[in-house]
Amino acid sequence: MNATDLTALLPLLVMGGTILAVMLATAIFRRPGPVAVLAVLGAVLALAALWPARAVAPRQVTPLLVVDFYAIFFMGLILAASILVLLLAHGYLGRRGDPPEAFHLLVLLATLGAMAVVASDHFAAFFLGLETISIALIGLIAYPRAHGKPLEAGIKYLILAGFSSALLLFGIALVYLRLGTMAFPRIAASRAPGDVGWLAALALIFAGFGFKLSIVPFHMWAPDVYQGAPAPVTGFIAVVSKAALFALLLRWFAATGAEAAAMIQAAAIASMLAGNLLALLQTDVKRILAYSSIAHIGYLLLPLLAGGALGLEAVAYYLGAYSVMTLGAFGIVTVLSAGEDGDDASALECYRGLAWRRPFLAAGFTLMLLSLAGLPPTMGFFAKFYALAAGISGRWWPAVAALVAGSAIGLVYYLRIIVVMVQPAPALQAPPGPAPWLGMAVIGALAAVLIWLGVDPAPLVGILHTLRVG
Amino acid sequence: MMLPWLVLTPLIGGALAWLGWPRWVALATLAADLVLALALWAAAPADGRWLAAFNRPWVPALGLRLHFAMDGLSLLLVVLTLVLGILAVAASWSEITERVGFFHAVLLWTLAGIVGVFLALDLLLFFLFWELMLVPMVVLIAVWGHEGRVYAAIKFFLFTQAGGLLMLVAILALAIINRERTGVLTFDYFALAQASLDPGEARWLMLGFFLAFAVKLPAVPFHPWLPDAHTEAPTAGSVILAGLLLKTGAYGLLRFAVPLFPTESHAFAPVAMALGVAGILYGAVLAYAQDDVKRLIAYTSISHLGFVLVGIYAGDRLAREGAVMQMLAHGLGTGGLFIVAGALQERLHTRDLRQMGGLWASMPRLASIGLVLAVASLGLPGLGNFVGEFLVLLGTYRTAPGFAAAAALGLVVAAIYALALVQRAFHGAPHAAAPDLSARHLAILAATMAGLVWFGLHPQPVIDLAASGLGAP
Repeated sequence: MNATDLTALLPLLVMGGTILAVMLATAIFRRPGPVAVLAVLGAVLALAALWPARAVAPRQVTPLLVVDFYAIFFMGLILAASILVLLLAHGYLGRRGDPPEAFHLLVLLATLGAMAVVASDHFAAFFLGLETISIALIGLIAYPRAHGKPLEAGIKYLILAGFSSALLLFGIALVYLRLGTMAFPRIAASRAPGDVGWLAALALIFAGFGFKLSIVPFHMWAPDVYQGAPAPVTGFIAVVSKAALFALLLRWFAATGAEAAAMIQAAAIASMLAGNLLALLQTDVKRILAYSSIAHIGYLLLPLLAGGALGLEAVAYYLGAYSVMTLGAFGIVTVLSAGEDGDDASALECYRGLAWRRPFLAAGFTLMLLSLAGLPPTMGFFAKFYALAAGISGRWWPAVAALVAGSAIGLVYYLRIIVVMVQPAPALQAPPGPAPWLGMAVIGALAAVLIWLGVDPAPLVGILHTLRVG
Repeated sequence: MMLPWLVLTPLIGGALAWLGWPRWVALATLAADLVLALALWAAAPADGRWLAAFNRPWVPALGLRLHFAMDGLSLLLVVLTLVLGILAVAASWSEITERVGFFHAVLLWTLAGIVGVFLALDLLLFFLFWELMLVPMVVLIAVWGHEGRVYAAIKFFLFTQAGGLLMLVAILALAIINRERTGVLTFDYFALAQASLDPGEARWLMLGFFLAFAVKLPAVPFHPWLPDAHTEAPTAGSVILAGLLLKTGAYGLLRFAVPLFPTESHAFAPVAMALGVAGILYGAVLAYAQDDVKRLIAYTSISHLGFVLVGIYAGDRLAREGAVMQMLAHGLGTGGLFIVAGALQERLHTRDLRQMGGLWASMPRLASIGLVLAVASLGLPGLGNFVGEFLVLLGTYRTAPGFAAAAALGLVVAAIYALALVQRAFHGAPHAAAPDLSARHLAILAATMAGLVWFGLHPQPVIDLAASGLGAP
């Protein structure tokens, strides 16, 4: 390992250092302010460290990690999302009254895991990163431990995360049994297509990913965990953990080729349709967003299937758009949640008349929902454009048809939230408390990005053109 | 160079209207935009089809361009949009009392989307505006509409959006197939019109476009959103829906579906014309059966737009010019009828014809204007609709006499529903009484009637202008 390798790893090293510093600071200060500042600062430094890393990319660092433009793009996405979650959570934790120090630590740990996952080129690195995310997330989900719902959600996540890790490990073991390696490039070079053991390994690995990404039929945990976890944590799960895993799924696919594509297309179609149809039945905003994210992962599988340069670009743009709009949506739930009774403001009824009580938040939420529905002038529109373009150029007609049908169904529940927000407010309602300015600033920034890259996506598309796996 | 400002002016004006003086800002914005449109026309080069054009790269990596262009057809529809916009603002002067600023913002943004649809020549840009006009319209219905507004708004959104998604798939498939053949990814109208397609592919793509436009038009059986949306929308919303949004469907057929896939459209014409004739008769018969004034007018729209569909697919120059004439006349006439219906509702607090009757006694001006607009709707010679319907029937007769004969039956039913409307609302024993029209309403409706008479008596300049944009059928 030489200086260039260390430069390539700089973002990960900075993040690791930040975690140690935050851990020490928590022991010294025993109050939230300095710890929060330190955590955000460390994450910003890690983000800045991407530039030196970019200068030496692409570079294989040890057999475990590869720092290429692809990994750097997703590290940037993950770090930005984590910083925003930390900012959103700041006011939220203050209002809830839970001791906040360990929260920052856990978010940073999960972020480090996610960064390792997107850069991993080897199953060992991937699995270590994945478990770092999962263990930190269990702590985050059950963070308000005096309340029942978060605890329940935490235990559900614990059991299913353990189960899916076991499936994944089994699959990895089978791969190792057949090929004697766990490094992606060597797997790609020596795989024996058509062999039953190989197919079983692929299926088990896909099932492991399926659980983490909540692809139908492995999606059952998502609505409960989304609903039970504190709102900023839900946003973190939906964005950081899913983006990291999806990025790695694409890397894995680039290595193995599109084998068992029929299985993946079936899972994609099932996710699009089941996610959207089940969302129709919900009356809780967090659950609606959970099912909508199941559907969005289904849409994302379409460019993954298509592969090639266009598929890669489509996945990257889609994940970017998905992160912005999902974080924005959960950010608004966070800002609205007073949290005194331990529950977030996630019942649909909490949003009745919001447009007239808090026009700024309602406008922001409307934008996020329109983007999730794929309407212009938002990033969501170009995300759908990309996904459809990739699907059509690969001639995956059944999945394209399912995407169209799913989007049409999706409109109903997105629109329902918007309609509830513009309806007259109930007469008996306490006047809104002062809005947390930090949260409002985050939402304003996300909305601005959503519109900017939705009207003029050229800058982002230019970056995406340079992405290559490996 | 100035062409994008036609779209930007109402977008910016909408934001300004939200800040203060909404009604005056909205009027000034639309008037300025109208002046701009006419100035662009006046400054147009004398030769060639295109009066003005604007073409800049937008997302070069994806082959997207900001390509706007205006020919005679676009100009006519843009002017219609702005005129009806002004009438809609004026008509809601006293009707809208809540959230006035937001109302005018939403109204202007809808109009900006519609103007964009009439000008965009990059297929994806066109689609962007197609979607952009939708959301403000839905808000307009859902916030300021009548009793069943939420249901109507969601139904409207779902129908048009489902059609729109099919069109998006068709646009993308067309561009991608073109890229596979030529190596260039482009969404430009002129480039894609040259694309070489297999007959099988072209048939499916043509259907994707046709369905999106047929939902908006609306052609039977894609019409169920229309009666609800038109009935529940506030007056300005109904005027814009009937006067303009339906025209975007017809414009899409004229500009995109037929020219991009000429052979397939020709093969498909009998089906399209059959749908058109079905719409003419079905709309007219159902209009007669309605008790709700706005619902009645809504069904007459289905009938009138049936003529447009027949005219577009008849494959005859006269019929196509008639279709454009019918679009313009229907925009003014039906817009006027919805303003009359809005005035009735504002005064009587009902839209139910059974509770009206004998209104001529208490409001002679409103009743006489209602009569003029109703007979315009039934196609009385001397008014715009007659010219449109006559040309459509004449042109269709030359290529498909059977369809022309069946469509002509619609005129008979039109007479029945239009006269029944006048009879039930204005004649008979007085049931209700209310103050007559204000000077403001008189001025608005006088303008629509003047337009109809002009279209009816001296249509040639309009037809020439439209013909320059239609090309050979």
